[in-house]
Amino acid sequence: MIFIDTLLLGISSGAIYSLMALALVLVWRSTRIVNFAQASQAVLSTYIGYEITMRSHNYWVSLPLAILFGAILGSLIDFLFMRYLAKRAKSGPIAEIAPVIATLGLLGLLQSIIGLIWGNSFLQYPTPLSGKGFTFGSHTIPFSPQNLFIVLATAIVLLVFGGIFRFTDLGLALRAASFQPEIAQLAGIRVARIRNIGWAFAGAAGAVAGAVITPTSVLSPNSLDLLLVSGFIAAVMGGLDSLVGAVIGGLVLGVGFSFILQYVGSSVTFLAGFFILVIVLLIRPRGFFGHQVGRHA
Amino acid sequence: MNQGLVISDLTIEYGAIRAIHDISFEVKPNELVAVIGANGAGKSTLLRALSGMIASASGGATWNGQSILKTKPEELVRRGIVHLAEGKSVIPELTVAENLALGGLRRRDKSDVATAISESLELFPILASRLEQRADSLSGGERQMLAIGRALVSRPKLLLLDEPSLGLAPLIIDQIFNALNHLRTHLGLSILLVEQNALSALKIADRGLVLNLGALVKNGLAAELLGDADLRDSYMGF
Ligand SMILES: Nc1ncnc2c1ncn2[C@@H]1O[C@H](COP(=O)(O)OP(=O)(O)OP(=O)(O)O)[C@@H](O)[C@H]1O
Ligand SMILES: [Mg+2]
Repeated sequence: MIFIDTLLLGISSGAIYSLMALALVLVWRSTRIVNFAQASQAVLSTYIGYEITMRSHNYWVSLPLAILFGAILGSLIDFLFMRYLAKRAKSGPIAEIAPVIATLGLLGLLQSIIGLIWGNSFLQYPTPLSGKGFTFGSHTIPFSPQNLFIVLATAIVLLVFGGIFRFTDLGLALRAASFQPEIAQLAGIRVARIRNIGWAFAGAAGAVAGAVITPTSVLSPNSLDLLLVSGFIAAVMGGLDSLVGAVIGGLVLGVGFSFILQYVGSSVTFLAGFFILVIVLLIRPRGFFGHQVGRHA
Repeated sequence: MNQGLVISDLTIEYGAIRAIHDISFEVKPNELVAVIGANGAGKSTLLRALSGMIASASGGATWNGQSILKTKPEELVRRGIVHLAEGKSVIPELTVAENLALGGLRRRDKSDVATAISESLELFPILASRLEQRADSLSGGERQMLAIGRALVSRPKLLLLDEPSLGLAPLIIDQIFNALNHLRTHLGLSILLVEQNALSALKIADRGLVLNLGALVKNGLAAELLGDADLRDSYMGF
């Protein structure tokens, strides 16, 4: 029983890491940038969702609006900052590092703005779904309707974006523009616009993550920071390029954490994340799916 | 009637470096013009300016009567100008089928895109058996065929080709040049072909241009250039 419960607990937190990892992989796949601002973008979208819920008293109204806001925010960040950076720092090591550093700066900037508007107190962002585990007879498992919702949301994000990348013209343009911007441009693709759409997609995915995860804890300017780290580890384990890999990476991490917490103790959990990452990378340096199967999914 | 490519007093600079100075020439519809010249003569620079990849060009360049300078590459593709860059013109991470499809992404007429793709596969049948393979698993010659095949899917009117024979075996070069010749003759394409391999290029070309240190030093019929003893010594190596 304890084994099953630990597994379920791992899956529900793993799904959360997966969602964040998906958002990171989406930016990576469309721009080749690791976007550390993702956490703050997701938090800001979640605050918007929170405000809408407080006014409309309806989570289901706030969710799509928060996602829409996340998409617009992602697109704006590209439009106002990243695009100019890409123009200025075109080649050499600086071209790879400058955008990443810039996203770190944006992370701080957005969090400060959030702090100025909403303060640093912890807010509750409620959903109509219960956070209490399902009960079978006398046993309550550590898996609630809210957890089920998170797992479903992860699956939907995976299927929707996986489908777009794999089966649509837009997806082909996104992949071409990120792999070889110059060749893509010479093939007639409007690379700048396509990248912008990539940023919007990633912003939307991050907003989904924020809006479905936050009800399981609290909302504050930094509330998704730790998740960013876990999401990043999960994304790297999955090969950084693969949506399926990101989900599997998240689940492995979640289940790994959960078992370590249960059988080893809470003092090592934070280190455990890096430990799991190192082991995975030692066995498969490109992650589970890097460059072999997962490029399309 | 298409007025072709008209270049007049074109100058291209990289900051203080003047890579092309004051050159003028034309490429008429249905004409294949070879550009030859030593390393660093400015051949690639010329093509990059004509496809919108270099903005700092002055002078005149028109395609079918409309200026093409300071125009984005993606817009020029829509106007029928496709540039296959030196040594990299396919996306290695995508499959052969996906690379071909790239040529049709911006086109409305999707049924003609499908027709164009099957025409490309007819022209280069080897690609048909590789559709699901990644482009980086292709040989150099197959990659070049894929690049040309993809270009054709966008139904170009002017092809700018930068050293398509680079690193290929003579037999493959013949095959590719035959295909280019076929495109010019049967599809009425204009082709501006940059080549180190001057002999092969001039054999299929109507006219040839010789660039030296950014200046146009010769512009004549291909047959004349082939018979020019000085040129043979300096560019054709025999
Ligand atoms: N991005 C750049 N910045 C500064 N100078 C450049 C740049 N690209 C090319 N050049 C210079 O412009 C001149 C022409 O270069 P270009 O690449 O057009 O020559 P090419 O004829 O294509 O040579 P190759 O046969 O080796 O391909 C060279 O002197 C080169 O050093
Ligand atoms: Mg060159």
